Amino acid sequence: MSSLLTVKNLNFEIQGRQLLQDIEFSLASGELLVVIGRNGAGKSTLLKHLTAEQKSASAQITLFGQELRSHRVKDLARQRAVLAQNTPLNFDYKVLEVVMLGRIPHQKYQKETAEDFKISCECLATVGLTGYENRDYLTLSGGEQQRVHLARVLAQLTTLSPQPRLLFLDEPTSSLDISHQHQVLDVVRDLTRQNMGVFAILHDLNLAAQYADRILVLSEGRVLALGKPFEVLTSDILREAFHHEVLVTKHPHHDFPLVISTHANRTLESRKS
Amino acid sequence: MRPQKSYLVFRRRGTFFFLAIIPTLIASLIFSMGMGAVEISPAQVISILAAKVGWQPWADFSEQQEAVLFAIRFPRVVLGMVVGAGLAVSGAAMQGLFRNPLADPGLLGISSGASLFVACTIVLNINIFGLYTLPLAAFLGSILAISVIYALAQQDRKTNVATMLLAGIAINALCGSGTGLFTFLSTDEQLRTITFWQMGSLGGASWSAVLSASPWILLCVVLMPLLANALNALLLGENNARHLGVPVEVVKWMIVVLIGLGVGAGVSVAGMIGFVGLVVPHVVRMFVGPNHRIVLPASALLGSLLLALADLLARTVVIPMELPLGIVTSMLGGPFFLYLLLQSKRRGRL
Repeated sequence: MSSLLTVKNLNFEIQGRQLLQDIEFSLASGELLVVIGRNGAGKSTLLKHLTAEQKSASAQITLFGQELRSHRVKDLARQRAVLAQNTPLNFDYKVLEVVMLGRIPHQKYQKETAEDFKISCECLATVGLTGYENRDYLTLSGGEQQRVHLARVLAQLTTLSPQPRLLFLDEPTSSLDISHQHQVLDVVRDLTRQNMGVFAILHDLNLAAQYADRILVLSEGRVLALGKPFEVLTSDILREAFHHEVLVTKHPHHDFPLVISTHANRTLESRKS
Repeated sequence: MRPQKSYLVFRRRGTFFFLAIIPTLIASLIFSMGMGAVEISPAQVISILAAKVGWQPWADFSEQQEAVLFAIRFPRVVLGMVVGAGLAVSGAAMQGLFRNPLADPGLLGISSGASLFVACTIVLNINIFGLYTLPLAAFLGSILAISVIYALAQQDRKTNVATMLLAGIAINALCGSGTGLFTFLSTDEQLRTITFWQMGSLGGASWSAVLSASPWILLCVVLMPLLANALNALLLGENNARHLGVPVEVVKWMIVVLIGLGVGAGVSVAGMIGFVGLVVPHVVRMFVGPNHRIVLPASALLGSLLLALADLLARTVVIPMELPLGIVTSMLGGPFFLYLLLQSKRRGRL
């Protein structure tokens, strides 16, 4: 397995506040790397550096063995897609048109082919939105819109020739219900089986525990821990990362850790009485 | 019907739109060339044009009719169509760039930027590039206005809509006062030229006006559709557009320059014509959706049609007088704009 993404010496400071400090890690093809951390730990800032939205002078970031900024924007778009947390779109596209936007980097002379149409329909089916093709995007619920955009980045990374591919996801499950959270992460695991490398920010520790190959714990801009779910998801590490007491046990039916908050809240006390 | 199929049917609406509008456009071109103080029937219009290219005319016409048609009506209708296309395409592109369906070249002070530079050129008697001086001045003015607005409206790489509109108001006010100053300094003759200008009119249409403005406007109308996919991607926000392989910074400036060309050159020959850039793309989107590959060329055609008809109204309602064209388009566009505001308010999207 080769490295699709390597990061070294990533430091970033803004207004005297160190947001990222000595970040170093790599991502292999076929691997799902999940980043967790409390609010303000630097997860989104890290992602912005990996997608070249922000710049740090010292950082050495390589994608597909080549310096991040030396990639041509258009070529990179055929191999690497980014799903942002929120996508501002207030024009009344049809759902399939939104998915087709993902095919833009593959089009010559702006021409949409029958292939583009087919791929877009398939990607919509993959996220469970068959039948939504001709719906108005703006009438969908937040969770449905999020899945439409997932279909869009899937369409973007669908290629006929085998080539290394990378997907960046920023909280792809944030506005989904429990069944769609698992559906989306199942889709992501299918992608890693096709050797795609996936970098995802997740808030739900149990989803991270169940799906991640490796978990990177970010705390105050530093890598607090990096490793397999059982190595990283321990109550000590999580206490330091989240300032919160948790109990970690093994899932009763499956082989991954289960994180339970041990915080006793006031409701609980009042319920007792 | 299966959703995939109904989507394909939806996509075909673009084709229907073009099939419907192109004959309408040609018909209204012939029709409006015939209307006016000197009556020329549509058959005569066609005959005069046919005779000019050496075909056999089938209706009789007088020399006077021929002269009126070629010297006055034809350039005027052509100019109206070209200007209308330029304004509509610029409006559509601007709404895409700002990710806001309410953006309009007039609303944001782009035409008043052009107007200021033109007033300045007229009053200071600047005449460096002959025929092309006024279009160039208008172009510079509009580019400057749109650049300032764009720079002010950018915040953390996002376009702030409120700031954009406020910047537009400020630019409008500034340019308005500048134009006022030049008006104050002008001679009677210059004053007349400037005033005419601001009300918008195709009254000064001549072949030289057509020649001086059309190349720039056509650049905008023809090149903008090449950026259609980039504009589509930009609707997802600048970062997402970049991730889709669009060289955002370059594209943004290309769009801005093309809008400057389309609006600036149009304004320079026809003065301030409001609301075409706002209303036309909206009507088009209602029919074919927001895909710029269709919206841009369709807006060009509908803009041509609308301005040709508005000008027909302007010059025939009170013969032998003429209503200023800008007033006609504003009277049509104003109520429509209010309707749009109410619509967005109802959907809670403002």
